[in-house]
Amino acid sequence: MQSFAKYLGLLALAATIVPPALFMFKLMPLDAMKWTMFAATFVWFATAPVWMKGSD
Amino acid sequence: MTTPPAVVPAVESGEFERERVPDRALKGPTAFWGMYAGEHTAGTEFMLGPLFIAWGATANSIIFGLLIGNLLAVLTWRFLTARIATAQRLTLYYKMEKIAGGKLVVLYNLANGILFCFLAGAMVTVSATAVGPFFPSMAMPTFDTMLPTGPGWIVACALIGGAMTLVALKGYGFVAKVGHWSAPWMFLVFVACAFVTLGRLESFDLMTLLTPPPGTLTKISFWGVVFFAWFCNAAMHLGMADLSVLRFAKKASSGWASAAGMFLGHYVAWICAALLLVYWVRFHGVDPTVGKDPGTMVNDAVGWAGLICIIIAGWTTANPTIYRAGLAFQGMVPGMTRSTGTLIAGSLCIGAGIFPAFAMNLLSFVGLYGTVLAPIGAIIVVDFYFAERLGIPTDPAERAGAGFNVAVLLAWLIPVAVAMYGYKFHGVFASFLPLPCAIACAVLYVVFSKAFGPKPATA
Repeated sequence: MQSFAKYLGLLALAATIVPPALFMFKLMPLDAMKWTMFAATFVWFATAPVWMKGSD
Repeated sequence: MTTPPAVVPAVESGEFERERVPDRALKGPTAFWGMYAGEHTAGTEFMLGPLFIAWGATANSIIFGLLIGNLLAVLTWRFLTARIATAQRLTLYYKMEKIAGGKLVVLYNLANGILFCFLAGAMVTVSATAVGPFFPSMAMPTFDTMLPTGPGWIVACALIGGAMTLVALKGYGFVAKVGHWSAPWMFLVFVACAFVTLGRLESFDLMTLLTPPPGTLTKISFWGVVFFAWFCNAAMHLGMADLSVLRFAKKASSGWASAAGMFLGHYVAWICAALLLVYWVRFHGVDPTVGKDPGTMVNDAVGWAGLICIIIAGWTTANPTIYRAGLAFQGMVPGMTRSTGTLIAGSLCIGAGIFPAFAMNLLSFVGLYGTVLAPIGAIIVVDFYFAERLGIPTDPAERAGAGFNVAVLLAWLIPVAVAMYGYKFHGVFASFLPLPCAIACAVLYVVFSKAFGPKPATA
């Protein structure tokens, strides 16, 4: 479960930064980029607590 | 900026606040790299980057000045703070008590608590701008806004600040976790903003993009940027607040971990945020000295993810600030509960957040913050490195049984008063003040200690 969450989380991070990079090179429209980033935000915050240690 | 220094009174958690950290509790460097990277990517970075543009900083200043300033900050952390922290393994609070006496620590707490509240208020202001895109009729503050922009703004700040205060009442364990989880994602959102902006500006030439238009009034010099980057966290490194954190490090080399915070948060993130305003100046004709609120710029660049980033970045940094300010106030008044202290701190913070003047003057405010708090660190440096050689006692208050070391009070207040005079009446840039203030404080401390400081019976 943890490693699955970790891979999903890393995928979410990629989905946070790759779409803006594609937009920068005019390979992705702005709206699609924004929605992908928004979805990636949810995935990241759903998965990060599963595999990242909290810092109390 | 960042979360405030981890200066917490001994009442907080019972984690070796009044004793040397034992070997079994020490942590390796990895813990510190993550912590610094997370703590120094805050909501206020969205404000600081554009402020450099507003102040007419040149491209050289932003790219190379920030590089040098952040390097100096890292070196200060590594060779002063981490060195003392790993040798003594005490909190700033407890170390101060040994040197200055418990009663003087209360005064330091008052200064600390009030400054924390203003800092948290600036974070509330930044977070509240994320509400703007949902309520187009609500006027958002710009760099020249000093007063609340209207009832809607006041309500937004009160709700956001109130929510932060309520969470702070519960302690900040959960928020610390959220901050930890969100750090890598937040940093990428900053970079995403830069990617989008570079794509829109159709250029990767940062030197050209960051060059102010002809005729721009330069209000901050190259050295101003260097000193700002060096001393915007003066309270934490030179001021020794991070003794409380780095005392857990196995080796002083963990001080290098501050580089993660400086070069990701205070270099890459600031430049990314600065580019946002560059775009709005070039494509929307915004006056750089007036600026544009972070919420509108970030929403325009990356949408809802950016707005969530602004709120989380503000929340995760303001919340511990309110919590620590509450502890500081609690430490001052015997019998006050932590909840009461936190409510007072939260109310002050909301008040400061409603007035955008604090956030919009962040470049000056953080300099003053360091000016007030850094001199205390200079006294600790003297105590650690020079006291015995100069013939003054180490930990004098503790050894003499004194509750109030007047030598520390005068050595602290005199340079700070002179610095405030220079800032107020001669327009000295606030970030130039912490270093001379700290040096003057160190010299005065030696002189006053020899003249009338508390003397241990055996000394």
